Amino acid sequence: MPETLTKFIFGRLTLESLPLHEPIVVGTFIVVALGGLALLGAVTYFKLWGYLWREWFTSVDHKKIGVMYMVLGLVMLLRGFSDAIMMRLQQAIAFNGSEGYLNAHHYDQIFTAHGVIMIFFVAMPFVTGLMNFVVPLQIGARDVSFPFLNNFSFWMTVGGAILVMASLFVGEFARTGWLAYPPLSGINYSPDVGVDYYIWALQVAGVGTTLSGINLICTIIKMRAPGMTMMRMPVFTWTSLCTNVLIVASFPVLTAVLTLLALDRYVGTNFFTNDFGGNPMMYVNLIWIWGHPEVYILILPLFGVFSEVTSTFSGKRLFGYTSMVYATVVITILSYLVWLHHFFTMGSGASVNSFFGITTMIISIPTGAKMFNWLFTMYRGRIRFELPMMWTVAFMLTFVVGGMTGVLLAVPPADFVLHNSLFLIAHFHNVIIGGVLFGLFAGIAYWWPKAFGFRLDPFWGKVSFWCWVLGFWFAFMPLYILGLMGVTRRMRVFDDPSLQIWFVIAAFGAVLIACGIAAFLVQIFVSIRKRAELVDVTGDPWDGRTLEWSTSSPPPAYNFAFTPIIRDNDAWWDMKKAGYRRPLSGFKPIHMPKNTGTGVILAVFSVALGFGLIWYMWWLAALSFVSLIATAIGHTFNYHRDFDIPAAEVAQTEEARTALLVAEGARA
Amino acid sequence: MSAHDHAGDDHAHGGAAHGSLKGYLIGFFLSVILTAIPFWMVMTGAIDNKQATAVIVMAFAVVQIVVHMIFFLHMNPASEGGWSMLALIFTVVLVVIVLSGSLWVMYHLNANMMPGLHEMQQMP
Repeated sequence: MPETLTKFIFGRLTLESLPLHEPIVVGTFIVVALGGLALLGAVTYFKLWGYLWREWFTSVDHKKIGVMYMVLGLVMLLRGFSDAIMMRLQQAIAFNGSEGYLNAHHYDQIFTAHGVIMIFFVAMPFVTGLMNFVVPLQIGARDVSFPFLNNFSFWMTVGGAILVMASLFVGEFARTGWLAYPPLSGINYSPDVGVDYYIWALQVAGVGTTLSGINLICTIIKMRAPGMTMMRMPVFTWTSLCTNVLIVASFPVLTAVLTLLALDRYVGTNFFTNDFGGNPMMYVNLIWIWGHPEVYILILPLFGVFSEVTSTFSGKRLFGYTSMVYATVVITILSYLVWLHHFFTMGSGASVNSFFGITTMIISIPTGAKMFNWLFTMYRGRIRFELPMMWTVAFMLTFVVGGMTGVLLAVPPADFVLHNSLFLIAHFHNVIIGGVLFGLFAGIAYWWPKAFGFRLDPFWGKVSFWCWVLGFWFAFMPLYILGLMGVTRRMRVFDDPSLQIWFVIAAFGAVLIACGIAAFLVQIFVSIRKRAELVDVTGDPWDGRTLEWSTSSPPPAYNFAFTPIIRDNDAWWDMKKAGYRRPLSGFKPIHMPKNTGTGVILAVFSVALGFGLIWYMWWLAALSFVSLIATAIGHTFNYHRDFDIPAAEVAQTEEARTALLVAEGARA
Repeated sequence: MSAHDHAGDDHAHGGAAHGSLKGYLIGFFLSVILTAIPFWMVMTGAIDNKQATAVIVMAFAVVQIVVHMIFFLHMNPASEGGWSMLALIFTVVLVVIVLSGSLWVMYHLNANMMPGLHEMQQMP
């Protein structure tokens, strides 16, 4: 084939782009390929493709989309964690002249991929999945406002994840750190495809995140059950609302700044270059205007989870509901006023630094108020130390330490010493693992019975809990100490042998966390095996307080046969106390949205578009872009979007549940 | 296609008002005028001072945004039960924070980090 033709078809993709010279990557590829083939083979062997496509991939049911988000988060957690443990191993052995086992080229990709994956493709899908599953149930709705958009958002997030995963085996990922600061991420210093993978993966996933934010805001504002005023919404719904407002307000900034970076790289503009009037500092400024709200996007929904869990497992109404809501709203606004604390050292001078230092310290006040509200909810409550409550207590102990080191870093002179050191790494892992991840595990243990109709096995849950909590303290406390001694982040080899012991302790912590993840997977597996034993037919296994516990587990496709009427906060608690009886007759047909495969198709074209742009395959980019637009327009002509579940079918579903409840009542 | 058949108070507050031909025409002419004047100012150089010209053009752009919101997006304080107004206020607050904050930050960065040539020569 003539060279120009090859170049036209494959762009800059050549056989040399495949990392065949990196034995670790080749080994990983073989394992992933074998695992993937086994999975595909199993799905084919058990003839599950049709089922998966009809019941899951094309589903517009918010519950199924929520579960798919959680699966995506879990799969990507495994990838992100393998990056983490590779780094820990490298840093534990690269002493006394040893180069470790990772070369610089590979190591730099690993720490970048770890950050990008953990934030965008682990924490975000987990959080979005939880909100997707829980919010409509908590407000008494039958689905989200725009069910098709929800499916499309999910598949765009998957599309971004696929691009990141592809970079492992085709080409390489960025070597710039997780926020890709220019000029390092500019075309002169990163001429290869790594940064392009970064840009297009985040742009594709960003479309999904923004749209799902809009969707959930609309759902919460417009689709609450009658009687549920704003101040009667469950706290998790409130924190979800604030999170989605933050998403909608901040993700466009990320999209814009990445677009400007892409223009710099692709068409030679000079927004962030060193020459021709460009200013790399502007990139840092803009990306943190997105980046700081982003960390509150991650933590706020989990604050909601802790509120629900604390009040349910203490058997009490949440202490200070109103102050909790206002604290959440104040955090939402303040999170926009602190972004400069990520670059105090850039040199804005005393007045700017003190302003942002003070706003940063102020944000700890509403957060502290929340902490006291949880404590006062527990005070004189009848606390049941089930798994979700254990995670909540671990969170309170761990997160407070992270919060205090955060306030410490908010003092600009202290930050000048600690900036870019391992102290910072320890701080944000302290709040993200101790806050976001612990919250997710609390939420998963809490709502799992709602999603699947049986509880998670408590023994393996406790194994996972102790491994995670102890592992976290072992892995990150040494980093605080190292940071105070001045060790900077992203180092591959060390000269000072006295530091090694701390890195060995941290690596031991990482191994404990690995056991925690393994125990979590075992817990899911064991629970599925023992599902008959762990079954819950009441739909309310924890003696819950909010509406999602009023329906069956798993909820029927329509969630509620009749829309509940809300008279108080903790609506389900109020209904139970008032002697609520399930209506057994008078069912009406229920109007529901229809499944569609358009979301999957659009996401496939988006991935192809991204891939074409990354490798300069302009024909592929153009073709997939045109197909993308055509499919989107074509979908607007699909008028068969809804159907009615006949009243008879609703009656049948509800009667089946009545029979189960009666049998359970007879047994008890 | 949304499953909103149960939302009892969906129409109680009413959505945004739909426009009339008159409203659209007023909006169209205002937009044309607000676009034409900045073009005329820049192309003829009616005002000598370039900075003043830039400020005036920006002011026209802001008025243009308001015109679009009123005549094309049919926003008013009462639409969507006040949610449009609340969202607008929130957006304006954020845009002000982002723009003024960035200008302030970048101005100080430049002042501290980009000394002019003569300042460099005075360095010991």
